[in-house]
Order: sequence, then C-alpha cells, then structure tokens
Amino acid sequence: MSDRQHPLLVCHGTGCISGGAEQVYSSLVEEIDKLNLGESIKIKRTGCHGFCQRGPLVIVEPEGIFYSKVVPGDIPDITQSLLPERRHIERLLYYDSVIKRPIPHYHDIPFYYKQQRTVLRNCGNIDPEDINDYLAVGGYQALHKAISEMTPEQIIDEVRSSGLRGLGGAGFPTGRKWESCQRARGDEKYVICNADEGDPGAFQDRSTLEGDPHSVLEGMIIAGYAIGAKRGFIYARAEYPLAVKRLRIAISQAREKGFLGEDILGSGFDFDIEIFQGAGAFVCGESTALVLSIEGERGMPKPQPRPRTSEVGLWGKPTLLNNVKTFANVPLIIAHGSGWFASRGTKNSKGTAIFSLTGKVVNSGLIEVPMGIRLREIIYDIGGGIPEGRAFKAVQTGGPSGGCLPGEFLNMPVDFDTLTTVGSMMGSGGIVVLDQDICVVEVARYFLDFTQRESCGQCMPCRVGTKQMLDILEGITRREGRPGDIDLLLELGEAVARTSLCALGQSAPNPVLTTIRYFRDEYEAHINKKQCPSGACHAYL
Amino acid sequence: MDKIEEGLLRGILSFYHGNRSDLIPILLEVQAKFSYLPEETTQQIASFLNITEGELHSVASFYNQFRLTPVGRHRLTVCRGTACHIHGAPQILSELEKAVGIKEGETTPDLEYTLESVACIGCCALAPCMKVNDNVHGEMTPQKTGELFSVLNTGEQGVR
Repeated sequence: MSDRQHPLLVCHGTGCISGGAEQVYSSLVEEIDKLNLGESIKIKRTGCHGFCQRGPLVIVEPEGIFYSKVVPGDIPDITQSLLPERRHIERLLYYDSVIKRPIPHYHDIPFYYKQQRTVLRNCGNIDPEDINDYLAVGGYQALHKAISEMTPEQIIDEVRSSGLRGLGGAGFPTGRKWESCQRARGDEKYVICNADEGDPGAFQDRSTLEGDPHSVLEGMIIAGYAIGAKRGFIYARAEYPLAVKRLRIAISQAREKGFLGEDILGSGFDFDIEIFQGAGAFVCGESTALVLSIEGERGMPKPQPRPRTSEVGLWGKPTLLNNVKTFANVPLIIAHGSGWFASRGTKNSKGTAIFSLTGKVVNSGLIEVPMGIRLREIIYDIGGGIPEGRAFKAVQTGGPSGGCLPGEFLNMPVDFDTLTTVGSMMGSGGIVVLDQDICVVEVARYFLDFTQRESCGQCMPCRVGTKQMLDILEGITRREGRPGDIDLLLELGEAVARTSLCALGQSAPNPVLTTIRYFRDEYEAHINKKQCPSGACHAYL
Repeated sequence: MDKIEEGLLRGILSFYHGNRSDLIPILLEVQAKFSYLPEETTQQIASFLNITEGELHSVASFYNQFRLTPVGRHRLTVCRGTACHIHGAPQILSELEKAVGIKEGETTPDLEYTLESVACIGCCALAPCMKVNDNVHGEMTPQKTGELFSVLNTGEQGVR
C-alpha cells in the first residue's frame, strides 16, 4: 500500500448526480471499507468539476487522473488502481479523437487546459458541504483581511480598480455600484445576490453555488461590510434545489464559525444571510422586479425614470444587487489585490468569464476562460468542435437576449463590449453551438416563444410586440410565410427594442434581428422557395 | 381540508410573522406539502397575511412555479432549455404525450401523472433531459423516454 493519501473526488454536481454519482460514491465507500483502506484513501464528494457531459466523474488526486462515465461496477478496478503497482484504467479515461489515444490526467485534456479556473478553482476540488475544506484552501482569509486591515472605502477602491464588472449580463462596473450604495443614505441597507439564473441554456451560477457556496457568501459578507449592510439575501431559482440545500448548509456552518451573525470575527460588524427562493419568472432578473418579488409582489419592473436600486431598493432602502459570479470574484480580488485581477482579460473587461458551453459541440460543460478569448478557441479547442463531422453554422450567446453569430465572427474576442457590436452579447454566459442541421429561423422562433411567455405583460410593446413577432415566425416555420414578413419582423423588432420598458423586451428581438442580419437567405428560402435549407422544419419535409 | 391538512397549514404559518414578504415563501412551502395550492389553503393564507384572495392569486398566477390544481404522483417535467431544444426536447415531449395520453400541462384523471415542461433545469450538458419528480434523467431519446415510462407504469422499483 502506498503511504501517500489519495483523495478520491467524486463529482456531485446536478449533472453527475443524474448520471448516478451517488451510487458510485456509496459503492466506493463500501469497497474502501471492505478493503480496509480508509486510512490511505479519502473520498470526497465535490461540486461540479465542469465536464458534465462525461459524468459521473471520479478524479484521483494528487495526480489528477480523470475517470469518466463511471458506474458502480467500475469501483473494484478503481480501488485496485490505487495500489502501489497501480495502472490507469484505460476504458474509463478520456479518449482524444484527434491524437487517437486516451489522456489520463485532466490537466492535459483539451477541455481543461485552455481554461483558467480561478473563480471555479474550488468547484470540483472541495466538499461544498464542509466549511473546513473551504478553510483549508484559504477560505475566509479575504474576509479576515477586509475586516481587520481595510476600511470600507479601501475595499471599494480595490474593487473599483480591479475593473470587475457585473457578471449577470449587464456588465456595470461593480466598484461604482458599491460606491453608490455606500454613499446612499439609509438607516438600513441590504445586499442581494442574484441567483435567479433564468436563461435557458445557462447553468454557471447553479454550478458555482453547488460547488463553492462559501466563496459567494464570503463575497457577500465583504460587500455588506463595505456598504454598511447588516442583512443579505440570496435570491435563488426555484428549479435549483441542490444549490439551495448546499447554501443552507454553508450558511449554518458559516454562522457556527463566526463568519456570519453578530460581531463577525470580533470586529463589531453584524451581518447575516437569508435564502429567498424565487418562484420562476425570468423577468425577476431585472433588479426592480427581483426586489418586488422579495417584497411579495408580482415581479414587474418599475418604469424609468426611477432611482437606482443601489439608492432605493428593497423596502425602499439602498440595496446592492450583484450576480453570483460577481460576488465569487470578490474574495479573490481582496486576497490577491486588484492589480492581480486586472492583469488578466482585455482593456475594458477584466478577469475571467464563466460559460456554459452546450449545444452541438463535442465537449460540453462548465468552463472558465480569460476575457478576450476567441470564440474559435472556446468552440474548437475547449469544445472539441462539432460532433459527427457536421459543419458549424452559428453560435448563440447571451441566451434569449443575445444573438446568433455566423462563422465569420469566430475570431472575435469574447468580452462585454465586442459581442454587442455585432448584435449579440456575452449575457449571463450561455454559449450554444448550432450545426448545419439546426434551422436558425426555428431557433429565433424558439427564443421568441420563451420571451413571449416570460413577458410580464405590463408594457404594450413587449406584450403585444413579442406575440406578433412570434406569430410571424411560427407562420414561417409552418410553411405559411408571406412576402413582406422579413420587413415586418425588422420593423416590429426595432419598435419592441426601442420602446419596451425593461431589458427583457428591449433585448427580446435580438435573436430575430441577428438571424435576419446574418442568415437572411434562410428566411427567404422558407418564404419564397418554400424550403427549409437545414431540413429541420417539419412542415417542409 | 381535513384535520391533518389544517394542522399542516397551521404548522407552516406558525413560522411566519404575517408580513407581505412572507407570501411567496408561504406559497412555496404550502405547495411543497400539498403538491399544489388548494383553495382552502389560499383563503387562509390570504387572511393570515391580511390581503385579499385576489391579491394572492395575482401573485400566484404570475410565477411559473405555482399550481392551482392537484398534480400527479409522478411529475414528468421536460426541459425546454436551448440545448435540450436543439437536441430534440420537442420529440421527448411528444413521445411522453403519446405514452401518457395527456397533453403538456395536464394531469391524468387518476392523479398518477402530470406532464409539464420547464424553461431550463440547468443540465444542459446532458441534453435533452427531463425530470421524474426531482430526479434528473439526461441524454434522453424517444426510445429511452418510452422505456422510462413503461418502467414507471409497471411500478417497478429502482426508477426514481
């Protein structure tokens, strides 16, 4: 028996659990027990390791041997492989179809090596249900530093000079938001973490919360200290039960250790966090709607002009609202300094971006990459290209608020600003790859169907406009398109974008406008030639 | 509502102060216990929070989570997220509609099955996926869907 400790990591993200990770874990515990190896092998359940598509994952540390698609029947072989004369279990390794051989270590797998996992550094490596694991990797040291060595102003300065921007989609400078909230007058202030990840095709907030909940809590506590708040809320999406469960555990452990509650770390600063479960409304991603939802109302955005939520927010008090990933970055910035943070990324988009890479791509999962990386690198290097020899058609970024970009933009750097220049956006971080078999008109119809369902109905352009656009798109995909439909879509799209009350309506036409801009011939083929070039629309078969 | 249910509801309400902001948490908790929001409970919740039933319903009908009719013992939820959509979620849904004999949003009269869809469950790398109650099943195909349903239907153990 080797005298080195082998931590065996069993991924317990939602994806791996659905593939049977819990059964893999219990077989592993049984087997280790049976062989009396408990001394030398430590088994750990972790959050999402990122490569969900290959789950359930078992990783043998410290080497980082990566076993994928593991079933309970593989466990005897895995434990045998830990003995001194150990060999890798070839059938469970990642097989690289380019170099035509298996790759044992995950750092060498293309899906991982182009990534820069900093915010996600703990996801897949620590047990999210054990605060000691987070402490062992330096957790809550940033909070110590912030509270004992820094004034609120210094913290805000640090966040501002890091260049961190809101990672929920809007990209508003985080430091400026914090400053405005700190300066706002109010006997009480609140910190809210927006974990209402409503974009279809995005799961990076869920994975961050499931894999490393304490980093988000730590960021929120530091924010509370900086702006002078005593209460924090995590507005969590109802469809994410595992994230909520792990957050509850994390909050109670943080209270036990004195990181939450009264007189945090003996500083006299009080702060506590509650979880508020959302009830399923995409529009609640908008700040005023989210606030109304916590207040127990229908989540309908307030019309402009209105004061910023950082000045008049929850129950009329100054409220700091940031996304999960934004908060998760804060401990890193405080611990390593703004200079370190700002050294990565592009001129106006610093740090890293976390994406859910999905769709017609060989490797899909959760990835973290430096801002400014090219779409091509994401899709072809990390994602491994398009499966089954199909051709790339488009990449959809930004979910229902974003757009579909054709191949000519694959060399475009991905950051907050570049994608918007071509009609799309980084958004909250969904990247969906479309291949030749996907009809972009149908995809535009799909997104309009979503935004039309999710429109809160309060303002006419969004309520009626999205419905009219959807009707036209449904007509086209049903072989009932009429000449003039494209112009009508453009006209309606422009009106909805210009006159809707909130970002949901303002951005709802983007999937339609970009597909017309870049794939107009496909619309024309449907309408004029009665053909669906990709063969996806049933009415044309 | 029978005595037990009334006790359940009272138990839930006893943890709240009766503030307006308690509304959504109460509704979620009641629904978790009762599987939907029975009319008798909404009357009592409204009076507990000192709001009209109309106000309560305006909130309950706004959010996708809330249901005002009973759900089946097996809740089949098909994800219609983007990745699932392009990997064939519509076929999974229609396969289920055929197998169960109800349309999306409906419940079988014997309260065995409810068929619904959800905007995204965030398991996009395993698209297309669906849930049976709270358990996610990934990489579905029409064939796997049919098999899953027949296993559920024969009441075989092991399917969660």
